[in-house]
Amino acid sequence: MAISVKVMRRPEPGRTSYMRATLKGMSLTLRHLVNPQKVTLEYPEEQPSLHPRWRGTHRMEVHADGRPKCVACGLCPTVCPANCIRLVGGEDDQGNRYPLVYEIDEFRCIFCGMCQEVCPVEAIHVGRHFENAEYERDRFVYDLDRLMDQDHATTLLWDPSDPRSE
Amino acid sequence: MSRLDSGTWFLVAGVAKVLFVFTVIMVAVAYMTLAERRVSAFIQDRLGPNRVGRFGWLQPIADGVKNILKEETMPGTASRFYFLLGPALAITPALATFAVIPFAAPLPTPVGAVDMIVADVPVGVLYVLALSSLAVYGVVLAGWASNNKYAFLGGLRASAQMISYEVALGLSLIAVLLLAGNVTLTEVVHQQQQMGLWFFLPLSLAFVFFVVSAFAETNRLPFDMPEAESELVTGYHTEYSAMKFSMFFIAEYAHVLTASALMATLFFGGWDVPLWKGDDMFWHDGAWIRGFDAAGAPIAAEPSVWITLATLASFAAKTAFFVLLFIWVRWTLPRFRYDQVMHLGWKVMLPAALGYVVLTAGTMLVLAQLEVPFGLRYGLVLTGVSGVATLAFLFFVDRDRIIAGAHAKRRPARRRLAPAADAADWRP
Repeated sequence: MAISVKVMRRPEPGRTSYMRATLKGMSLTLRHLVNPQKVTLEYPEEQPSLHPRWRGTHRMEVHADGRPKCVACGLCPTVCPANCIRLVGGEDDQGNRYPLVYEIDEFRCIFCGMCQEVCPVEAIHVGRHFENAEYERDRFVYDLDRLMDQDHATTLLWDPSDPRSE
Repeated sequence: MSRLDSGTWFLVAGVAKVLFVFTVIMVAVAYMTLAERRVSAFIQDRLGPNRVGRFGWLQPIADGVKNILKEETMPGTASRFYFLLGPALAITPALATFAVIPFAAPLPTPVGAVDMIVADVPVGVLYVLALSSLAVYGVVLAGWASNNKYAFLGGLRASAQMISYEVALGLSLIAVLLLAGNVTLTEVVHQQQQMGLWFFLPLSLAFVFFVVSAFAETNRLPFDMPEAESELVTGYHTEYSAMKFSMFFIAEYAHVLTASALMATLFFGGWDVPLWKGDDMFWHDGAWIRGFDAAGAPIAAEPSVWITLATLASFAAKTAFFVLLFIWVRWTLPRFRYDQVMHLGWKVMLPAALGYVVLTAGTMLVLAQLEVPFGLRYGLVLTGVSGVATLAFLFFVDRDRIIAGAHAKRRPARRRLAPAADAADWRP
């Protein structure tokens, strides 16, 4: 046999006891009844601990004066495999590029995190966050203001020298 | 007190007791659903419903509201009249059975002590048997009227199973009635007090049979053939929704409650408080007495509210224990195969129960010949005989015979296929 297969030996006829098996089962369930193992996470009260590289909804980093860090280079919409980022860039008097429109459709997003990896100025991030429920579908297209307002923890990028984030 | 007065009083007391028992049953049934869900959750290392109110204690109310507000569906091909009759027929006997079960010592009132039983009918146990058999009509009718093959199979199985186990149930009760010498449940309780031993000891094998049959009668796992989710969707109540579905559930839990109360009454002394003689009282010659003195004159009993409450608590505790047993067993044992259910009912329990009736009657005959008075010594002799019978039953019959695997029968003696050439390598 290619892989190890456990062959269950059937008990000989006349050697099985239903009562014994029943009592064994009853004692097992009783032990769990009086001493249940705690495995349930009582979610709204208890929060799950997210992995440092958990990739959830995005946030946009901002400068100290409140401007977005994004320089509208256009790398993230280019790399995005789901094509969920819409970016229209603009330029101010000093020639600094900034986003006029920056929208992410969180429904389309596959949370691969490539936008964060590719961003040269560490502006767009995927976040350690999962509570995204909304009452309307439109609300899932996050615009620039909303992305800048997000304040959840951001995802740690994969570090090749520490591949298991230890 | 005039005759009219006593009649009026009987009516008032009767209605009050009916209301009390009905309310208690309905509340208990509601909380049994919660207990079932919580206990099953703990057994499976889950939490169960704990959101509606503290510990989920408002969950049954939420369920009730939900069931009332849900849409009532009516299958187009169903037989309308019988489809509606089914749940009603299922729930009525389940609630009515409780009427003959005494649940506490007599309560003193300004117009005399009132016995704490809805209807102390002289036929007692026979009434219980009759009504528990009636319960199957609701199930069969629901299954048939749904015009659904799974529902029909469920109903069919219910009738076959209930008839099979009714026999063993009745036979296990015969031993109790032999020992009690009467069919009213008040008398069964009284005789247990007199003996000083609860009947589960002198009649241990009858208790085993009664428990197994009661599980089958209430359609609870491991005997829930009529429902059998994995085979029949949900069996007879597949087509029911909302409150009609809920009524089948109430009926099932009411059956469980009644069966638990019957186990407590028949085998665990009913409302008798263990190791306390103060609650012993029974109706003798037009008065409540607690026993007879040396000269044979009756000693008057003094019913008090405290004794009534203590005995009620005792009865409730015993019933709750058996309800918990029902739940505990349900979440432990897998369902039997259908042929195993029939095999156990007809080929194991029926002959064994018959034999046990003969054994009990024979022992009682011998004790009567030896002129042993009815009491503790009498009970201990029966306990010994029954204990041997129970151990023998469990030791000899429980060898692949109570539940035989499909392979166990019709197997030729050790016929094997010719060993393959590389048999030595192949065997693990």
